[in-house]
Amino acid sequence: MLRLEKLTKTYKTGDMALKGIDLDVPSGQVLALIGPSGAGKSTMIRCINRLVEPTSGAVMLDGTDLTGFGSGALRRARREMGMIFQEYALVERLTVMENVLSGRLGYVGFWRSFLRRYPQKDVDEAFRLLDRVGLLHMADKRADELSGGQRQRVGICRALIQQPKLLLVDEPTASLDPKTSRQIMRLICELCAERGLAAIINIHDVALAQMFVPRVVGLRFGEIVYDGGPTGLTPDKLTEIYGKEDWEATIQKDDAESDPEVTIKSAPAPDAEAGKPEAAE
Amino acid sequence: MSHRELDDMLGRGWRKPPLIRHKTLRWGLIAGFALYLVAAVSSIPVDWGRVYEGLDRGWQFVLAFTHPDFLTRWSDIWDGLAESIIMTVAASVVGIAISIPIGLGAARNIAPLPVYVICRAIIAISRALQEIIVAILLVAIFGFGPLAGFLTLSFATIGFLSKLLAEDIEAMDRVQAEAIRASGARWLQWINYGVQPQVMPRLVGLSMYRIDINFRESAILGLVGAGGIGATLNTAFDRYEYDTAAAILILIIGIVMGLEYLSGVIRARVQ
Repeated sequence: MLRLEKLTKTYKTGDMALKGIDLDVPSGQVLALIGPSGAGKSTMIRCINRLVEPTSGAVMLDGTDLTGFGSGALRRARREMGMIFQEYALVERLTVMENVLSGRLGYVGFWRSFLRRYPQKDVDEAFRLLDRVGLLHMADKRADELSGGQRQRVGICRALIQQPKLLLVDEPTASLDPKTSRQIMRLICELCAERGLAAIINIHDVALAQMFVPRVVGLRFGEIVYDGGPTGLTPDKLTEIYGKEDWEATIQKDDAESDPEVTIKSAPAPDAEAGKPEAAE
Repeated sequence: MSHRELDDMLGRGWRKPPLIRHKTLRWGLIAGFALYLVAAVSSIPVDWGRVYEGLDRGWQFVLAFTHPDFLTRWSDIWDGLAESIIMTVAASVVGIAISIPIGLGAARNIAPLPVYVICRAIIAISRALQEIIVAILLVAIFGFGPLAGFLTLSFATIGFLSKLLAEDIEAMDRVQAEAIRASGARWLQWINYGVQPQVMPRLVGLSMYRIDINFRESAILGLVGAGGIGATLNTAFDRYEYDTAAAILILIIGIVMGLEYLSGVIRARVQ
């Protein structure tokens, strides 16, 4: 459904952020994009919906290349791609409902959106989505009154109300605590499964990626150095992606209970999550 | 770092490095500035005899505040005040309405370069020309009266508000606006959803502040014949009617303080 062909991005400063990325994402597949900071993960995601203009190469969405689109066609293409951001990127002074409905901006005219008179089916869908993520009672709260996890849920609703085919997810959990991170990742993956959505999830928590997605793509210096299942990420592979480090602890997280040091650390604060992998973080 | 290096450092005092490293240059600049200050102050001529005479007149002016005369010239005062208020409101509304598109155009992060250059040029011209100078020119064109004052204040509002609005837009959170763009919004929708909510409190605050400034300016513009309460005030001074002048000044101060309070209340509400 989405195919990147020899996608490159060179910034004005001369930095080669992407060096000829070739990637095929079939319909309904969720994949995680891992790699160190500066590997080009964010750039790649933003090149797909052209928030960043790619320097060369093609972004094929359902067989048409959208790098050549004019502004009107680009807007229509962007409706097909929902985006979820690291710092949630909600418009803080707007209400939760306005933020969710802003996902429909590509479909409604200016005056309707200016007067906040959205079609009833959009409003109903917004209510349904907020109910699905457990925030229906927050509909009229201002976005800056919400906690981090709640904001990210609103961000997810805003992306989904676009009725996209593809989700572009940029570090959805980087600003969240370990427990909320898992909940958000689970929610994104569940929603993708429910709706048959494909997703590209930028994430730097390797263990979290391994827990939730069937396919992992590793990026280093703007090149794909790994593409395969989550179990194929051996210490050697991780060293190739991130550089030298002791990876055993990251990979064998499920055995964390047997590690005496970790057990002691988590002992003073026993809660429902203790003993699960997050205790090791 | 090696331990020998640390051993050398231990026991040594620490001071913040000075702004200008070169010692002679630093002290030279300080001494030069002090000398200039002394020379400048001593070159201002003071005629102590004149000051002694003037003290008496100044004292009378101050005394007038203890018995301001609102009544003798009340109809003149009222006409001037009404004219000033009309000038202020009209100039503020027109000025702010024109400032918003120019402010959008003058923000480098949302406007293309040619639009940016044109809008910045308009702002530069408006800011370079001081109100009094513009007023003198416009009085020469349109004659005495509030029309010249209204146009002057509108023109001055554009330079002030557009510049500060543009700076606020340039300082906004890019990601919030990016998220709106990613949904496939049109340009106007993008401004309405991604930019406007971020700059609205500042725009309202600046507009209130500008209304306040416009009212105060309207009192000055009367001195060059551009209408308003300033003309009444000028006449009162010319006739040495300090008690009437005091009444006018008290009214101006009261209105400005009232506006200040009002703007505080409004700003707190739109935060």
